[in-house]
Amino acid sequence: MYIAASRTSDLAAGTDRKPALKRVSANVVALGMVSLVTDVSSEMVTAVLPLYLVLGLGLNPLQFGLLDGLYAGATALVRVLGGHLADRWRRLKAVAGFGYGLSAVCKLGLVAAGSSVAAIGVVLAADRTGKGVRTAPRDALISLSSEPGTLGRSFGVHRALDTVGAFLGPLVAMAVLALSLGSYTSVFFTSFCVAAIAVLLLALFVRDRPGTVDRAAVSLRAAAGLLRDADFRRVTLWAAVLGLVTVGDSFVYLVLQRRWEIAATYFPLLPLGTAGVYLLLAVPLGRLADRFGRWPVFLGGHAALCLALGLLCGPAAPVLAVVALGLHGLFYAATDGVLMAAAGPLIPRDLRATGMAVVQTGQAGARMVSSVLFGLAWTLWDLRPAVLVAAGCLVAVVLAAAFAKPVRP
Amino acid sequence: MRKLVFALAGTALLVAAAVTYIVNARPDAAEAGPAAQLTLAPGQLLFRQVSTGRVAAVPLADPGAKPQVSGLKCDRFAVARQTAVCLAVRPGTLPPVTDVLVLDDHLTVRHSEAVPGTPSRARVSPDGQRVDWTVFVTGDSYAATGFSTRAGVYEVDTGRLVKTIEELPVFLDGQRYFAADVNYWGITFAGDGSHFYATLGSKGKTYLVEADYARYRGKTLRENVECPSLSPDGTRVAFKKKVGDGVWRLSVLDLKTLEETELAEPRSVDDQALWQGDRVLYGLDNAVWAVPADGSGRPERLVADAASPAVTG
Repeated sequence: MYIAASRTSDLAAGTDRKPALKRVSANVVALGMVSLVTDVSSEMVTAVLPLYLVLGLGLNPLQFGLLDGLYAGATALVRVLGGHLADRWRRLKAVAGFGYGLSAVCKLGLVAAGSSVAAIGVVLAADRTGKGVRTAPRDALISLSSEPGTLGRSFGVHRALDTVGAFLGPLVAMAVLALSLGSYTSVFFTSFCVAAIAVLLLALFVRDRPGTVDRAAVSLRAAAGLLRDADFRRVTLWAAVLGLVTVGDSFVYLVLQRRWEIAATYFPLLPLGTAGVYLLLAVPLGRLADRFGRWPVFLGGHAALCLALGLLCGPAAPVLAVVALGLHGLFYAATDGVLMAAAGPLIPRDLRATGMAVVQTGQAGARMVSSVLFGLAWTLWDLRPAVLVAAGCLVAVVLAAAFAKPVRP
Repeated sequence: MRKLVFALAGTALLVAAAVTYIVNARPDAAEAGPAAQLTLAPGQLLFRQVSTGRVAAVPLADPGAKPQVSGLKCDRFAVARQTAVCLAVRPGTLPPVTDVLVLDDHLTVRHSEAVPGTPSRARVSPDGQRVDWTVFVTGDSYAATGFSTRAGVYEVDTGRLVKTIEELPVFLDGQRYFAADVNYWGITFAGDGSHFYATLGSKGKTYLVEADYARYRGKTLRENVECPSLSPDGTRVAFKKKVGDGVWRLSVLDLKTLEETELAEPRSVDDQALWQGDRVLYGLDNAVWAVPADGSGRPERLVADAASPAVTG
């Protein structure tokens, strides 16, 4: 397979010695493996946490959902801080490693927290912080370890590996629950061991930012100056505006369920459908982005989401539901890694992590606002008008973004 | 090469640690102990033994007695007349699936249904003909990590199943109420087997709903009432009243005068109360407690290592 074949390549040899193979740098594969193993660990916990809270501790998960949403918003700041410190200390690997390590230790924290609700809240907040801290330096490492011409493919490989981990996590959790005869703490402890393996892989096989670095200090002023760069500012802005008119995942699944009356038992399979398509298309679309331009592919992904939304309002034929779900996966494959590949080259090497954190934070914040607005529209106008209005806004913004061409080819 | 050896050795060590933990976490076969044959004979307090997850019983007159422990494992348990219900999450299922077991007076399974979700509440109507439950379901809420509730009913006499009462037409201040985020939880039936009360949650508010099962219509009576429990004479409702984020106070509502009485339990209670004479029982901090239903007195701990109380009578 493609990924396995590229494994033997190494950083220095990542050039065109074997152009037919179209290699991906070993560092990117190593980072992908770290993400894969980490995702197994975190998805294990995600899968059993609701069970644990309600059955093990007798908590009301409705409040927990609120709390978790709050953490997700709060970590946006941590993300920028993590990116900036990584640039400033010129320690991308160390800062990413700190994030991975913190999340790993939090799995032990869940075992230690016992039935204390406050302790569980603190542990989950720390876990989220770890995730926030590591994302930008990791993406910066991927971008700095790749040839500028093959960035899309690098991110595609990384995101595909990442998704494999997300698939495996719940399966491993199920196996542990079955073997331990229903012990939740066994799932948490195993999750810690898996996360520790990921940290080990990171420490041994991931190389820090390659090449010599300009010793000029990375100051806050330099970071703020990023937004003074017209190209970078435009990408950040357009990514955020597109995020604002993007309908969130849970809404897409909810609409699918309501329109096609999908049995509640099968409901959790919908995200797996999206993830499956994402897994299959991440690498091909990354390569497509390298060849035909990253911004067109990024916008094309949003167009796919538009189509999916249109289908959701169409007749309730089963095949259309499958197509809509496929288009949703296509949307992810064409946007998630591709945006990082598009933004990467616009950011100076010294500020890569900071810049990526800024783009990601803008997009994530906008998507949060979009979720609130869409929920409101749904409640006020009912389902179909809300979806149609969302799709209309998305079409308008995609057309405007295509016309504005914020990234030069 | 050295790196590879390090990686493999470290991985092997961590995997071994995980396996050791898992094996040690398995409950011993010896701990299971012999199972007592319980019945629904009157005068018993049945409950879920928290440490083993099994249904156990003590005489209501002497709750301090050594409990008789059955072989039945449940997460929520309830009884009325000759019918009992047991909600048990299937071990190792992700997403979770809950078995709703309808049991006869010797706790043998008469009927079972599988519903997606995590057990939250269970009740049997006073005539023993309706079994109802609430489960938590992940994934169909607005937030990606959100939860919602789903309340269902099984008719013991006809075998009819209502998977969720979400579609119940409900009137708020005389107006038909529509919202995408409607959730129901904590059904409690009246003695006639048709009237019931439940919590309606929507847009951050909760309401007490009074409904007619036969006509399938409901109306809201009052705001901020969760997990109602109808008194045996049908005149009062014990419920949890939200007084802060994640803090509930046990209260009793007089259905005629709509007057509220706060009970003498100062702690936050997240349970559906159970009427027993002139007091209510509830689970809190892994024990079953009782407090007078008129706001007087003080809470009394009946059984330790217990949750989900049920009383035969």
